[in-house]
Amino acid sequence: MKVAIASGKGGTGKTTLATNLASYLSRTAPVALVDMDVEEPNSALFLSGNAHHQETKSKQIPQWHAKNCTLCGNCQEVCNFNAVLVMAKRVMVFPELCHSCYVCSELCPTQSLPMTQKPMGELTHLKADNLDFVESRLLIGEEQAAPLIKQTHDYVDANFLPEMIKILDSPPGTACPMIEATKDADLVVLVTEPTPFGLHDLKLAVETVRHLGKTFGVVINRDGIGDDAVARYCEDENIKLIARIPNSRRIAEIYARGGLLIDEVPAVKDAVALVATTIQDHLKGGTR
Amino acid sequence: MKEIVVVSGKGGTGKTSLTASFAVLGGTDVIVADCDVDAADMHLLLEPDFAREEAFFSGELAVIDQGQCSGCGRCAEVCRFDAIRVDEGIYTVDDLGCEGCGYCARVCPDAAITNIEQNVGSFYRSTIRTGSSMVHARLKIGADNSGKLVAKVKKAARQLAEQQAKEIVLVDGSPGIGCPVVSSLSGASLAVLVTEPTVSGIHDLKRVYQLVKKFGIRAGCIINKADLNPSVREDLRAFLEHEKIIPLMEIPYDEAFTAAITAGKTIVEWDASLRTRIEGCWSTITALVTEH
Repeated sequence: MKVAIASGKGGTGKTTLATNLASYLSRTAPVALVDMDVEEPNSALFLSGNAHHQETKSKQIPQWHAKNCTLCGNCQEVCNFNAVLVMAKRVMVFPELCHSCYVCSELCPTQSLPMTQKPMGELTHLKADNLDFVESRLLIGEEQAAPLIKQTHDYVDANFLPEMIKILDSPPGTACPMIEATKDADLVVLVTEPTPFGLHDLKLAVETVRHLGKTFGVVINRDGIGDDAVARYCEDENIKLIARIPNSRRIAEIYARGGLLIDEVPAVKDAVALVATTIQDHLKGGTR
Repeated sequence: MKEIVVVSGKGGTGKTSLTASFAVLGGTDVIVADCDVDAADMHLLLEPDFAREEAFFSGELAVIDQGQCSGCGRCAEVCRFDAIRVDEGIYTVDDLGCEGCGYCARVCPDAAITNIEQNVGSFYRSTIRTGSSMVHARLKIGADNSGKLVAKVKKAARQLAEQQAKEIVLVDGSPGIGCPVVSSLSGASLAVLVTEPTVSGIHDLKRVYQLVKKFGIRAGCIINKADLNPSVREDLRAFLEHEKIIPLMEIPYDEAFTAAITAGKTIVEWDASLRTRIEGCWSTITALVTEH
């Protein structure tokens, strides 16, 4: 079972919830925490574990071989992303524009553009007692996060049993990285804060997960600041408000040094326990 | 014309609150561009009038004509994005999975597949309550061309600056280091990095700074919530010094930020002592970009 922790707005507490929730669940059963925010992965800063596996993740990029190429121009013609350019004497490939669709390579009449691997990120798998932690980290300068997120899903699917609970710490926004991270999830938890920014971006996130047809609920972080517009919105829209994490400077300080909150702040432990219950209910085929 | 781009790596460090404050302080001297196109919030504070809307078309989507399709399955074979679904012999396209590469249409023996250009969002040229202009956008959900939309927004902002003879374009970037951020940074005169002394704040700052450095863009840094953790703050200061990043301002942890947003105000319109501090920072920034 995959549970995605997502949000529209950045910095609302996705990583805080994901790390504390994974740690909480691991006290009673094996759990995996997967950091899908490959542009800025932060979960590892709050956890420790022993190195289990590491691998370089690559994307497939065509590489031009001059020998048989007739410069017919088909590759440039078929590429919808302007990633292949046929010049007077050579073919140029722009890897950052390439979507690895293979069309230029497989439709080349002289097989002059075989696909080759280009590294785009590093996947790391750590283990600690009941907790498996998987993180992927996009190389600086690589622009496309979604292909690395997809490969991270593939790794998770190949290495863990389907029934094991996997907590996915997802990227912010509602564009392709967020979709890629959440589209396989059985349950999505949207973390927001009770401010106009939080509400505005929550609405976008709700629209997105509804489009994906997901079961989802909301957690309000920094509860007590701002106003009650988020709670009212959830009520009006019939969205399950799973839990509230209180606002306090002490919580911010514990987070700042990389501490886990469930060990130190009972109110956070209570909120995390409510999320855990929602997951378990969902597993039993219970409430929506 | 100079372009000031505000980025942070990590979300929620105060980018938008500070950029909107600079927009208020800069008044009619700056053209504002909200390049956080998939979670744009600056309009909540600056009240744009959405005066001129332009549709943004980018990328294509494959569509299968069921009347022409013979169900051979060649499209599903070549699709690298698992975007062709088959249900009892009926082939359809998953619109969120389709990258618009057009491979399926090229190999379909029945010519049953066409690619249609997608309207993936809109962008707006608006007048904001400071009396100046702002370019902002709304990306449709799941769209994968946010980098291109950012480029459009920036181009429109530069054109407005030229037409109105304005010296400064102020850009609010998105979190992360991927395509929208790369696109936001391209052509910047100064990158303003907004961070916080948390383990994730410094981690993400270092990653986004590597990108800024790669582009050879001059950088300054604002440490928000500066008193949250003295030890990480020292690490941040040391990092700035080591990388020769200009320290622009430190602001203490202050819930006035949230209170201001909740009232629909920028922080400089809300808190007098923070205003003085942020004014100082804004004059440093404008001096930096206009000094050459």
